Amino acid sequence: MESVVFIFSLIDCCALIFLSVYFIITLSDLECDYINARSCCSKLNKWVVPEVIGHAVVTVLMLISLHWFIFLLNLPIATWNIYRFIMVPSGNMGVFDPTEIHNRGQLKSHMKEAMIKLGFHLLCFFMYLYSSTSAAFNKPVG
Amino acid sequence: MSAPAGLPPRPAGAVAAYPGGPGGSREAAAPQGAAPRCQNGPVQSQMQFPSGYGSHPPNYSAPSGHYSQVPSKAVSSHLDNQYRASYQSPYYSAPAQNVMTPPVGTNVLNTRESQQFYNSSTPPHTVGLTEGPAQGAIPSGSYVYTSAQQSYSAFGDHYNTSVSSSVASQGFPLNSDHYAMPVVSSAMYPNVSYPPAATSSMYGQAFTSQSLPAAGQFKETNTFSSQSTSVPHSLQQHVPVGYNSTLSTISSAQSFQDNLSKSLTGSVAKVNNQVNRGGIDSSQPVHSVSQNVQLTKPGFGAPASSALISSVRTPAPGLSSQPRSSPSITQSPDSALQEALDSSSTTSSASPVLNNYDALEGGGYPETRSVTNSPVPTPPAPQTSKTSKPFGYGYPALQPAYQNTAPPTPVQATNPSHHPGFQHYPQQYPGVNQLSSSLGGLSLQHSQQPEGLRPVNLTQDRNILPVSSVPAPVPNLNSDLRKLNCSPDSFRCTLTNIPQTQALLNKAKLPLGLLLHPFRDLTQLPVITSSTIVRCRSCRTYINPFVSFIDQRRWKCNLCYRVNDVPEEFMYNPLTRSYGEPHKRPEVQNSTVEFIASSDYMLRPPQPAVYLFVLDVSHNAVDAGYLTIVCNSLLENLDKLPGDSRTRIGFITFDSTVQFYNLQEGLSQPQMLIVSDIDDIFLPTPDGLLVNLHESKELIKDLLNALPNMFTNTRETHSALGSALQAAFKLMSPTGGRISVFQTQLPSLGAGLLHSREDPNQRSSTKVVQHLGPATDFYKKLALDCSGQQTAVDLFLLSSQYSDLASLACMSKYSAGCIYYYPSFHHSHNPAQAEKLQKDLKRYLTRKIGFEAVMRIRCTKGLSIHTFHGNFFVRSTDLLSLANVNPDAGFAVQMSIEESLTDTSLACFQTALLYTSSKGERRIRVHTLCLPVVNSLADVYAGADVQAVVCLLANMAVDRSVSSSLPDARDALVNAVVDSLSAYMSTASNLQQSMLIAPNSLKLFPLYVLALLKQKAFRTGTSTRLDDRVYAMCQIKSQPLVHLMKMIHPNLYRIDKLIDESTIHVNDRVVPQPPLQKLSAEKLTREGAFLMDCGSNFYIWIGKNCDNNFIKDVLGYPNYASIPQRMTQLPEIDALSSERTRSFISWLRDNRPLSPVLQVIKDENPAKTDFFQHLIEDRTEAAFSYYEFLLHIQQQICK
Repeated sequence: MESVVFIFSLIDCCALIFLSVYFIITLSDLECDYINARSCCSKLNKWVVPEVIGHAVVTVLMLISLHWFIFLLNLPIATWNIYRFIMVPSGNMGVFDPTEIHNRGQLKSHMKEAMIKLGFHLLCFFMYLYSSTSAAFNKPVG
Repeated sequence: MSAPAGLPPRPAGAVAAYPGGPGGSREAAAPQGAAPRCQNGPVQSQMQFPSGYGSHPPNYSAPSGHYSQVPSKAVSSHLDNQYRASYQSPYYSAPAQNVMTPPVGTNVLNTRESQQFYNSSTPPHTVGLTEGPAQGAIPSGSYVYTSAQQSYSAFGDHYNTSVSSSVASQGFPLNSDHYAMPVVSSAMYPNVSYPPAATSSMYGQAFTSQSLPAAGQFKETNTFSSQSTSVPHSLQQHVPVGYNSTLSTISSAQSFQDNLSKSLTGSVAKVNNQVNRGGIDSSQPVHSVSQNVQLTKPGFGAPASSALISSVRTPAPGLSSQPRSSPSITQSPDSALQEALDSSSTTSSASPVLNNYDALEGGGYPETRSVTNSPVPTPPAPQTSKTSKPFGYGYPALQPAYQNTAPPTPVQATNPSHHPGFQHYPQQYPGVNQLSSSLGGLSLQHSQQPEGLRPVNLTQDRNILPVSSVPAPVPNLNSDLRKLNCSPDSFRCTLTNIPQTQALLNKAKLPLGLLLHPFRDLTQLPVITSSTIVRCRSCRTYINPFVSFIDQRRWKCNLCYRVNDVPEEFMYNPLTRSYGEPHKRPEVQNSTVEFIASSDYMLRPPQPAVYLFVLDVSHNAVDAGYLTIVCNSLLENLDKLPGDSRTRIGFITFDSTVQFYNLQEGLSQPQMLIVSDIDDIFLPTPDGLLVNLHESKELIKDLLNALPNMFTNTRETHSALGSALQAAFKLMSPTGGRISVFQTQLPSLGAGLLHSREDPNQRSSTKVVQHLGPATDFYKKLALDCSGQQTAVDLFLLSSQYSDLASLACMSKYSAGCIYYYPSFHHSHNPAQAEKLQKDLKRYLTRKIGFEAVMRIRCTKGLSIHTFHGNFFVRSTDLLSLANVNPDAGFAVQMSIEESLTDTSLACFQTALLYTSSKGERRIRVHTLCLPVVNSLADVYAGADVQAVVCLLANMAVDRSVSSSLPDARDALVNAVVDSLSAYMSTASNLQQSMLIAPNSLKLFPLYVLALLKQKAFRTGTSTRLDDRVYAMCQIKSQPLVHLMKMIHPNLYRIDKLIDESTIHVNDRVVPQPPLQKLSAEKLTREGAFLMDCGSNFYIWIGKNCDNNFIKDVLGYPNYASIPQRMTQLPEIDALSSERTRSFISWLRDNRPLSPVLQVIKDENPAKTDFFQHLIEDRTEAAFSYYEFLLHIQQQICK
């Protein structure tokens, strides 16, 4: 059971890593002027909800499976994701708004955020990897 | 045309005379004296020429008759003896400088025409022409040139010395003879024109730098630059004209224009005889501005044809009608020119069309009219001036050097469009302080402590307002660069001294940013047609006056420092037909230029002008009665809509359904097609909805006549705005263009419907103001879709109740449209608004427009732009997408310093606006601004531009109130003052900390911020409707600086004694110039009448005990009691005070795009509160008085 949870988390984490990389690539494309703000934002906004859900699922899973440490580790980021999603002003077109993204250094802060998430997910990835293997090894013993 | 070398070295004689000391009259201008004989006609002048020029026989194959222009003013009756004396002098050239300072007391006298002389410098065309464009011409020319130069430089030295000795007037001897003996010429001066008393050392400035031929070395002019610093711009404008250094190679066309313009100004000047009165007031500024304005007149297209590079609207129509005095002369030059054109055709072609186009397109200002019309009795002399036109043709190349000087003229002169003359006013005289403060930047070089840094004790110094409008600080550059720099009206930076590092910027606590007005109506603009537009290969910067030429073949980009090659074509200057002088090309001589772009700059063929009107016809709209006004305005202006033969137009109306109008040519009458399926809107017919304006004009007129009555009995109260907009978008998307939406209520059906969000009880809340942001993203998405299809949406909101402007405004904000709001509009209940709509529409329909535009702002490496303000969509990091651009749109950007600027002393900024004109031409308008980089905090403060700072802060505060909250934004504004003043006080250690001290450059900062806090957009505690507040915010974001400042800090004038005020002459009108009053009730006396100019409103407040004569003469009522409550117009009464008042008001009106509403207010009038709430220095129940605010700031600083 334990290993199933972690293997699922592992897969989910992989997806989130890819997503973060995708965010970073797209944002840097925008920075370099390869794509315009409108298409960049519509691409990214599509993936905001899956990201929130993906992360929330892992977090909840950890809570259910009583892995407190990992749950607490995930909690701040998951909360931030949800907060960010909820707090989008009514007139904006999503978390990434094409009319705002070039203002007030938003592009940079989005980029920074994506980087931090990438690092975090990588960390989690190895943690899950370790946990799942150790769970798999421990199982026969236990 | 002649190669530059061919020019005889003769400085033209523009001299600036500044007779007034601070108190003296400053009329100055450099009138040129012409020899009387010259006036008679070119022919005669030719005769004379030989003698004058005899010294340089080789150069002149043909005598050039420039002088013809000169005389224009000389003639006028007011010449006094002094003036004449100068004429008499054998060297007629000398007279160029006569400034006539009238002896005190006499009215009249100043003819200011600075420019005539340049003609004298005319090179023989023949030389250049015969030689052919290329190098062949050069050798001979250059050779001559050098010799000339030597003598010249000698002269220059001499000249300098005289300057330093503070001789106010400097004349350049025009004649070669003179020039050999400079002493003589200078000696002549005093006799001629100036009352000795008038000379002031301050003005001693010189045009010297200009007059010196820059000849071979690009930089040479610098030598003299130091002297020129102190000249107020207006003077400079005139002056430069006169002197051209003979050497300049520039374009014949331009010089031609100059000639024209000069002659124009000359005639104008005559018109404007100024009345001088003793004392400060008497010194009228030289209104170079107004004169320039006149230039705007799109006059005759003729010059264009001869010009390779033509500036836009030079000629005044009046000129064209003038008799040409000397056909013989003109013709020969023409033919010569023709040759020149042919031979040079390879590089660039002159397109007459351009000029015409611009002329047509530019929104001319009314002033121009008067110029042309003004019946000036023209004595013989004036006529000669007219001859200048033929002249121009003939000798376009004549005034080479002029170009150097010329650029500043247009630039600085540009103000006129908004502010004729007035802006410079303060600089001109008002007393030492003012003067020095206005010249603060300049004085940096010379004095220990720059004027901008002079400490001002705010709590004690109560009169900090200048006498007239606040001038823009002048960057502390050498005179050369300053002359070339972009006009502050188009391009302004909050800090005219750029801090070297971000750390220094942070210490100064002032925002760094630019305020742009790139598409402003310009009076003069060099238009360049060239097959290659020279740009930096790495950063794509357009070549500009601030690049450096490493050698003949290479130039170094001033933004990224890359060294680029000069293309072969650029080596050749088609205007002077000279080769090897790339730095004399107009691109390098003007900081504001317009290029005709090639097909490389097009993604598709240039679009036609397409206009779509989307009109609300619900019950509410019909009741308000706006349809009649709109249809009538359209009918009147149908022919004036900018466009060409492809112009298309269409109409959509909507209530709960959407109605389309088929106007297909051939129909007997317009056909209405109703689509009631508003949830899935579609176009009922593929064509016929947008029709060619010219082909279907009759049908369009029928429709416009019928529309106002078609819906009179409607009972439909709903409004399906969203669906109508979607339909409009579908209709427009194949071409792009402009959608004008007229809406009178909250959209209540279909897509984009909105709900009322305003709680009237919260209107005067001091806490949170909600709903400043949009309620839905529908309008934003629509705007972005439109923007993607090059369509802009302009919104006219005419509503009596809440209409959620915050949401609706998005359709214009992101599609680069504009927003007009008429609260409580009703055609009969609120005639003032109806009148305003009518006037605004007139401007709106006829003003210039640019389609499918993009704007890019580049800055020197190390600086980066991080935030943009204005109506547009930021498509990529530095690219603003503007579906439409209009002359009334302003933009602002905030910058940060990413890398320190230690390795450079100059920072440059360039905006390039690429647009399709309404004539289907792709054009690029480029503005370049150059500012010095400094490394001390004191210098940063010295160069602060308080108006720009306040405008940028206002933009930032709008963002803050939408994204955070209003109180937050207010706190940020107060903190901006507190932080910057405390930072300043901590740098100046010798200041007493107990006082509130500001540097002179920022002395108005607290006042303006207080004004902002009391502005509709940011005020709390006073009842403010949400829509009013949001509209004020939209205005702040999209207005250019000049208009925004009036909104923030209105101007108050006392108008019951206008007859006694000093005046200026704009065209043939006498415009009084009352001083600015503090915005405080203490200034309002019961005996007076006051005019408040708030940008969009004029209030005339009449005191209870106001002089009955004033009430009778100006208002047309016998006494105070009989003045009606609602009065929105001043009657035309034949009395001096009435005439003055009206001319003053119309002068104020002419300067702005939105016609202000006039309201006459009596003491017990309910509208009184509107008036009094603008008295921002007074205390209200919800806000500080100015003094309290200062104390508050002081407290905060001490904390």
